[in-house]
Amino acid sequence: MAFPLLTFWLLAATAVVSAVLVITRRNPVHSAIFLIITLLSLALLYLQLSAEFLAAVQIILYIGGIMVLFLFVIMLVRLDIVTYQAPFNRQWHVAGLAALILLAEFALVFYRSRTLPTVAEAPPTILQPNTEQIGVTLFQNYLLPFEIASLLLLVAMVGAVLMARRR
Amino acid sequence: MSKALEAVMSYVPQSLQPFVLPTIQILIVFAGLSLLVAYLVYAERKILAHLQVRLGPMRVGPHGLLQPIADGLKLLLKEDIIPRGADKFLFWLAPIISVMAAFTGFALIPFANNFMITDVNVGLLFILGISSLGIYGIILGGWASNSHYPLLGALRSTAQLVSYEVALGFAIVSALLLGGTLSLRGIVEAQLEQGVWFAFVQPVAFFILFVAAIAETNRNPFDLPEAESELVAGFHTEYSGFRFSLYFLAEYTAMTLVSAIAVTLFLGGWLRPFPSVAWLDFLKYTPVALLLFAAYWCIVHGFRLPKGREWRWQRLILLALGGGAALLGAVLAIPAVADAVQGVFWFLLKVSLFLYAFIWFRGTFPRYRFDQLMRLGWHFMIPVAIANTIFCGAALVLWKKLEWSFVGTMWIGTLLTLLFALLLARERAD
Repeated sequence: MAFPLLTFWLLAATAVVSAVLVITRRNPVHSAIFLIITLLSLALLYLQLSAEFLAAVQIILYIGGIMVLFLFVIMLVRLDIVTYQAPFNRQWHVAGLAALILLAEFALVFYRSRTLPTVAEAPPTILQPNTEQIGVTLFQNYLLPFEIASLLLLVAMVGAVLMARRR
Repeated sequence: MSKALEAVMSYVPQSLQPFVLPTIQILIVFAGLSLLVAYLVYAERKILAHLQVRLGPMRVGPHGLLQPIADGLKLLLKEDIIPRGADKFLFWLAPIISVMAAFTGFALIPFANNFMITDVNVGLLFILGISSLGIYGIILGGWASNSHYPLLGALRSTAQLVSYEVALGFAIVSALLLGGTLSLRGIVEAQLEQGVWFAFVQPVAFFILFVAAIAETNRNPFDLPEAESELVAGFHTEYSGFRFSLYFLAEYTAMTLVSAIAVTLFLGGWLRPFPSVAWLDFLKYTPVALLLFAAYWCIVHGFRLPKGREWRWQRLILLALGGGAALLGAVLAIPAVADAVQGVFWFLLKVSLFLYAFIWFRGTFPRYRFDQLMRLGWHFMIPVAIANTIFCGAALVLWKKLEWSFVGTMWIGTLLTLLFALLLARERAD
């Protein structure tokens, strides 16, 4: 039992520390790297929860796709100027308010969860592969919402292409 | 064998026992791969030389056989230069990411039904994810060098890898549709069950996977990130010594990894040709035949070397190699041993065919221009890959509902895809 607990704390600590580093680093490339480390440790946490599909998709989409494009854009920016600017200062109050609200929500969730019944122990047998379960859930039980979401993405994509074309 | 293993295991604490066997396997794979990569570089130099009517490395050892060791030593001893203004931490980190991403994928490759490190039920997705991490080695290395050519190389590489990953993903989808599972072992077993390698029912997907694999590993004709006529050496221009050799190691390991994936998905992994035909069982002695041939070649050429003191060592090494190969062949001729190693043997044979093709392409094809590369990726490969996935899915449904022959139904889908590709190519030509 000690080993899973150890890996959990290790991964959780890595995720939190690198998340803090994301917002404290001045160099955007370093921030992006620490964001990648956060996402990676989250993927490994999913893996520890036996959610292999979720872990793999987290790595492929966020780390292999989105963050690569982030870095691509950052590299096209002149960093020596950006590093010494503080462009988001004006929104400081709004951000602080939003953070406070989020903090209150978290506190509420934690407070409520004290009275929730504890989750039953997982059965000792090997868990079913959850890739198929996710597929069945998405494409049978929640087909309509899923398709609506994909349509929304498609519209956004076409819109982006159109806006890029117009120039 | 298992008794000896149990005896060793009894000395290991209970809590560590599940880690013993994987650790041994990982060490074997790691050492084997490092050796393979070293000699892959040698093979590349030799094959390219022969394609260009040269001899290639001939001086270090007989026929230059000790050249990889000399190269490795040279790279280790060279001065390690970090350019001024480089981001030191990322400059240090980038090649390590490349190497790690390339090696970690092998943890999920089934080398044989009796030799694989692990079999995860989302193995295919994991390999995709891990190999997509390798791109960071290139981007960060190019950016951290603080120099123009590496940055351009890194940007090109990002665009190229992101584009071709889409086609690669769709090609892999059709393999997993046929296999009905994401586990790599399951996909090989499905090929055994159907009695046909998936390359022969999904040739289009196989072709797309192969082309995308070449693009993903930055090999010729898609080696634009390191095009020497335009970008000096691309993303690793500023790297030298040991760090450069890490990039080298990563490139060749990644080549081996994509070959291993292609073999597992489309060429039956560890299965021998016609695995369900019993009278071809004698094929398990193929490694013996190959080794005996190698022994014969080594010994004959050992005696053919010119007379004289300076050739004495070369002759000795060649004869020793020949003797070793003959001995190994004799051991493999024992039926039990032949049965045990034949899976690994067929797997490695297929992988080496792929690696030969990689080298062959480098020797024959001219490099693409960058806009041509992008157009090929987005305007041809991706539409064809999507069409192939759709037709493949439809053919699978037909096969399951109508119970026609598997190969016949799949070929209907493939022919429809080919028709689509033809129409697309004609429209592009107009």
